[in-house]
Amino acid sequence: MASASSLPSAVLAEPIEQGNSLWRDAWLRLQKNKLAVFGLWALIVITVLCVAGPWLMRYGYEEQNLDLGASAPSGAHWLGTDTLGRDLLVRLLYGGRVSLAVGLCATFVALTIGVTYGAVAGFFGGKLDAVMMRAVDIMYSLPFAIFVILLMVFFGRNIILLFVAIGAVEWLTMARIVRSQVMAIKKMEFIEAARSLGFGRRRIIFRHILPNVLGPIIVYTTLTIPGVMLLEAFLSFLGLGVQPPMSSWGVLIKDGAEKMEEFPWLLVFPGAMFSLTLFSLNFLGDGLRDALDVRSSKD
Amino acid sequence: MAEPILELRDVRTHFPVSQGFLFKRALGTVKAVDGVTLSLGRGEVLGLVGESGCGKSTLARTIMQLLPTTGGAVILEGKNLTTGSAGDVHHIRRDLQMVFQDPYASLNPRMTVFDTLAEPLRVHRVCPATGVPARVAELMQLVGLAPRFMQKYPHEFSGGQRQRIAIARALALEPKIIIADEPVSALDVSIQAQILNLLAQLVRKMNLSLVFIAHDLAVVKHISDRVAVMYLGKIVELGRAADVIERPRHPYTRALVSAIPTPNPDLERTRQRIVLPGDPPSPMNPPSGCAFHPRCPHAREICKSGVPPLFEFEPYREVACVRVEEIANL
Repeated sequence: MASASSLPSAVLAEPIEQGNSLWRDAWLRLQKNKLAVFGLWALIVITVLCVAGPWLMRYGYEEQNLDLGASAPSGAHWLGTDTLGRDLLVRLLYGGRVSLAVGLCATFVALTIGVTYGAVAGFFGGKLDAVMMRAVDIMYSLPFAIFVILLMVFFGRNIILLFVAIGAVEWLTMARIVRSQVMAIKKMEFIEAARSLGFGRRRIIFRHILPNVLGPIIVYTTLTIPGVMLLEAFLSFLGLGVQPPMSSWGVLIKDGAEKMEEFPWLLVFPGAMFSLTLFSLNFLGDGLRDALDVRSSKD
Repeated sequence: MAEPILELRDVRTHFPVSQGFLFKRALGTVKAVDGVTLSLGRGEVLGLVGESGCGKSTLARTIMQLLPTTGGAVILEGKNLTTGSAGDVHHIRRDLQMVFQDPYASLNPRMTVFDTLAEPLRVHRVCPATGVPARVAELMQLVGLAPRFMQKYPHEFSGGQRQRIAIARALALEPKIIIADEPVSALDVSIQAQILNLLAQLVRKMNLSLVFIAHDLAVVKHISDRVAVMYLGKIVELGRAADVIERPRHPYTRALVSAIPTPNPDLERTRQRIVLPGDPPSPMNPPSGCAFHPRCPHAREICKSGVPPLFEFEPYREVACVRVEEIANL
């Protein structure tokens, strides 16, 4: 959008009043939602800890101390160690990096495919739309676990593949959401007005349609990330995801669950961290949905 | 009449109705606009009236080339728009602009007034980039908005103000013709008069031609030079505005005029309303002959066969009714 700086103030004798964009209104509404603000801050803290934490630690994530074995939380190891004597805090933070990265990257893959696919189907409509959306329906009906297992068997276990596999499944819903939003916006009079003014198709899609469907996309994205992270945990739990000695929250929870009777801290800490992250993302997503809801902000 | 700037010759806009996907089954055709011939003079205001669903808005969008024409020609200053290449159509956009019905839906909610008005200036390079802010301020003043609001968003304005912004946007490219599709029907009555006066004033000031679409005859009478009455995709009566409303000839126009409330309560009490039986027929399956015959109080056997042509019944008055002379003095 053009900013006020492009306006020479000499044009007007009187000062220009600044308006509040719908984005700004939404941001103000979001700030009033305590849970969403809590979620936002919790995510920032968790992200910073996971990214910076492992560099500041005395231990490496794969560093074993077989003499020590599993030990309860102590001064030397704040969250204790696992059966191989690896520091749980480092593994937890390191695992956070992997889980967050999987969450963000797979969501990005889903977002890119889903928005493009949905926007094309919605904008052009007709037969193209019918064919594209039936393809989505067919993919919806494929059993996901079998699809991923097949991928892993054929291409080997590899983290990039994990992003692609999850992203390739999660884009379906995004495509449906974007398509329906684009179809609704496309019929509005301001799009007809843009066509009457002789604007090109690209300008209409990028300047007039997409900014108006961005709200639902943002909301759905924040709600997709926790879904993707859960999928990663689920796959790791099945042994199809991240492979040791690398860690992820899914791997840690799986290891912890196996030994929870003897060494409960191995399950409690990763479980709590994972839950906190998922809660925060969901709170933020809900808050964004309320804040960006165009119906409540129209008048 | 002065030399026409816009001519419609037998314009038809039909929509196929079909069912199923991939293997479509044609169910029929909706003849939303079915053979409209009209002309618009320079600086003239033409009112277009008719009830909901009669094809007024479709006709507006057909003229604007927002919808493909099924047949006929839309001729702007001698150029046929329906056969023109995309480049030509792009060019004519500057001469032909539209104001929409719903000012809440016709402005992009994510753009400031400045962005909305500057965009056409920039895309069509109407003025040098440095001149854009001054031109936007000028446009705002032209429609009676204070330029200091240019950085505000549509949701911060009232309906009437938004319609002013929409009018300013339509004027940005200095068009010769504006098509206003029920520009006041979404507004409060107190605001309607303001917007009507603004349009009338702009038409005079900028020598614009205006096609003013409405379903309210009183509003149309106020602003128009001539009035065209539409029924089921066809023009049924055409003439000077005051004339048509004071002495309607076509039975449908008579019914419409009889529905205008009179401000004088004594006259209002004695006002004879012609109540039409039934609903407007489906444009997919129009009645034979004159489309109005099932609801017409004067219908005879002859009306059921043969579509009545629009003919010059008296000077400056065209009527599409075979019995117009017989019923003229009823």
